[in-house]
Amino acid sequence: MTPAELRTVIEPDGRVKVRDLGLSDAELLHCYRTMLRVRAFDDTCLKLQRSGRIGFSIPNKGVEATQVGAASALKKTDWIFPSYRDFGMALYHGIPAVAMMHNMFGNAEDSAKGRQMPVHFSFTEPIKFVSISSPIGTHIIQAVGAAHAMKLRGEKHIALASFGDGGTSSLGFHSGLNFAAVWKSPVVFLCQNNQYAISCPVEKQTASDGFAIKAKAYGMPGILVDGNDLLAVREAVLEAAEYARKGKGPTLIEAKTFRMGGHSTSDDPTRYVPKELVAEWEKKDPLLRFEKFLGKRKLWSEKMRTQYYDEAMAEIDVAAKEAAATAKPALETIFSDVYATVPAHLRRQGQQAFEVAARHGEAEAGDGKFPL
Amino acid sequence: MANLTLIQAVNDGLRTAMRDDKNVLVFGEDVGPKGGVFLATEGLTKEFGEERCFDTPLSEDGIVGAAIGMALNGLKPVAEIQFQDFIFPAFDQIVSEAAKFRYRSGGQYTVPMVIRTPYGGGIRGGLYHSQSGEAYFCHTPGLKVVIPSTPHDAKGLLLAAINDPDPVLFLEPKALYRAVKGEVPEGKYTVDLSTLRTVREGANVTVFCYGAMVPVCQKAADKAAEKGVECLVVDLRTLLPLDEEGVLDAAKRTGRVVVVHEAPRFCGYGGEISALIAENCIEYMEAPIVRVTGFDTPFPNTLEHHYMPDERRVLDAIERVASW
Ligand SMILES: Cc1ncc(C[n+]2csc(CCOP(=O)(O)OP(=O)(O)O)c2C)c(N)n1
Repeated sequence: MTPAELRTVIEPDGRVKVRDLGLSDAELLHCYRTMLRVRAFDDTCLKLQRSGRIGFSIPNKGVEATQVGAASALKKTDWIFPSYRDFGMALYHGIPAVAMMHNMFGNAEDSAKGRQMPVHFSFTEPIKFVSISSPIGTHIIQAVGAAHAMKLRGEKHIALASFGDGGTSSLGFHSGLNFAAVWKSPVVFLCQNNQYAISCPVEKQTASDGFAIKAKAYGMPGILVDGNDLLAVREAVLEAAEYARKGKGPTLIEAKTFRMGGHSTSDDPTRYVPKELVAEWEKKDPLLRFEKFLGKRKLWSEKMRTQYYDEAMAEIDVAAKEAAATAKPALETIFSDVYATVPAHLRRQGQQAFEVAARHGEAEAGDGKFPL
Repeated sequence: MANLTLIQAVNDGLRTAMRDDKNVLVFGEDVGPKGGVFLATEGLTKEFGEERCFDTPLSEDGIVGAAIGMALNGLKPVAEIQFQDFIFPAFDQIVSEAAKFRYRSGGQYTVPMVIRTPYGGGIRGGLYHSQSGEAYFCHTPGLKVVIPSTPHDAKGLLLAAINDPDPVLFLEPKALYRAVKGEVPEGKYTVDLSTLRTVREGANVTVFCYGAMVPVCQKAADKAAEKGVECLVVDLRTLLPLDEEGVLDAAKRTGRVVVVHEAPRFCGYGGEISALIAENCIEYMEAPIVRVTGFDTPFPNTLEHHYMPDERRVLDAIERVASW
C-alpha cells in the first residue's frame, strides 16, 4: 500500500500555501504564546524536578505545534481525552498554569486531590480535559463512548483522543478505531508519532508505512500531517472535526513529529536516540517554523520571543511558588471519592489512619477530626 | 560471592540463565538497548544480542501471549512487564491461557515461562506505578506467584522460576531494588519455590510478610524486642503454592500472629493466611490474628506514606497481639 501523503501548510521558509487561515492575528499570536508557555512550563518543571521539589515531569519540547494546532481546532464544548504529553492543549484552552502546577505538586488544591502522579491532569472547565490515566491506550475507546453519547443526544460536539505511536499497539487503539468506524462516532483520533515510545523507535512499534494508512482497513479516512507545522495540524483536525460533526464518523490523523527531550525527567534519551536524529529534528523545531511564518506576516520579532517567554516564565514561576506553598491534601482524601458514599469499612480504616497519624504528631494541616 | 543490590541480583540471575541455556529469551518494553526502566536488563542485549534480549511493541497482551507461544514450543521466555500496574491488558493471557494450558490439554501442552514485574509503592508513583496486585493472581490456579525480598533470594528464586515447568509470576519489590544489598553467590544456584524463609527467630509473636514489607517488619521486630517482645518474622517468598506446613508450624510456635502486606486488605493475601491458621490450628491461638495492610482504596500519591504499612503500624499490631 502506498504511504499517506504528508500534508504541510507552512513551508520551511515560513511561507504558506493558503491565504485564508481562518485565524486572526490575535489568534495566531495566542497559538505562538501558548507554545512558549509550554516551553516555559517544561523548563520550570525540569528545574523543580532536578532540585527535588517535584518528583517527575514530562517534557513537551518538539511536539508543541501538534498539541496547540489540534487544540485550536476544537470548541469549548468538545471533549479532549488527552495523553500525558498534551500540556499545550490544556494551556491553549485557558486551563490556568497554577491549576496544572497544583497537580505537579500533588497538593490540596490539585483537582485530583494529590492522588495522581504529576502530569496526570483532570479538568472540566473551561473544556473537558478528561482525567489522564497511566495505562496506555485505555482512553482511546473511552473517547468513542463519550462521542457516542454526543451523537445519541444529537449534539454537534466531538471527542478528540490523543495518543502516541506506542499507544497504537494497545488494545484500546484497536477497539477504539473499530467501534468508532462501525458506529460512525464523532471522534478524531490524533496519533502523535513522535518517533519513540520511551526507548522504542517507531520501526519496532509497527511494520506499517506509518500510522495514517491503518485508517483504511478500519474504514475511516486517514490523514498524515507534518506535526511540526501548527497550521497543518490545525487544518487536519478541523477537517476531521467537521466530518465528525456532520455525522460522517471518525478520522485517524497521524501527526509526524519528534520528542526532542527525554520521555520523562527520569529518562536519559542519549542512551538510545542517535545524535544525528536529534540534530536533524532540531532544524525542524516547530517553534522556529511558526516564527518564520509569523515573521513573513510581520507579526514577529526576536524581541517578541524574549518578551513572551519571559512573561511566561514569570507567570509560571508565580504559579509554582503558589503551588509549592499550598498545603498537602488532608488525610481524608485517601478515603474519599473511592465511592460516592464512604462505606463503613473505609470510614473505619480512615479513623484508624487518623489516630495513628495523630498519635505520632503527624496529622497534616486540615486533618482535624476525621470527617468521614 | 558478590555484594549486590536486589536489582543487580535480578540482572545477574537473568544473565546466568541466558548463559546457561540459549533457549532463555528476555523481552518486554524498553528492556533492550535502554536496559529496562529500572535497568534490570542492563547489558543483556549487548552480551546476548537482539535475538535474545529485545524490545517489543507496547502491548502487554502481546508480550505475554507471545511468551506463551514460545513456551509451548520449546523456548524459555522471561517476559518483563514494565510495572505490575500495566499487566492488566495481559490478564486474559495470564489467567485464561498461561494458567490453564496444562489442565485443559490433559498435560499435553505446557507453558514454562516467567513474567517478571516490579510491584509496590514507595516511589511516589501514584495510582498506577505503585500497586500490589498479587491477590488477583493468587486467585488463579495454575500460576505460581513468587516475591523475593533479598538479593540472594531474588537471584535464586528467579533461576528456580526459569527452571520451573509451570508459569511463574515473579513480582519484584521495586522499593527494595536499590535499598537492600547482600551477598549473592556467583553462577548458578536455586532457592526452592514454595519454601518460606525465617528472617528472625522469636518466641512471642509470629509476623508473616513478603516483599517490600520484610524490612519493615524486621525493624518493627527490633523495636518490639527492645520492649521485651520477641518476634518470629517469616518471609513467605512464594505465595502460590504456599508452604502451608511452614506457615502452620510458625504460627503454632508463638500462638500469636500478625500478617502484613502492602496490598489492600479486603480479599487480600492476609485473609488466606489467617483462614489457613484459623482452620488448622485455632486451638493454638492465644490472640486474634491481626492484619496490617494497605487501605481498601486506590493507591494515593502525595500521602502514600500513610497508605503503606510502616514500622509503627506493624509495631502497634505486634503489641496488640502480644498483650492480648
Ligand atoms: C499499558 C502500559 N504499558 C506500559 C506503560 C509504560 N509506559 C509509559 S509511557 C510509555 C511509552 C508511550 O509511548 P507513546 O505512546 O509513543 O507516547 P509518547 O510517550 O511517545 O508521547 C510506556 C511504555 C504504560 N504507561 N501503560
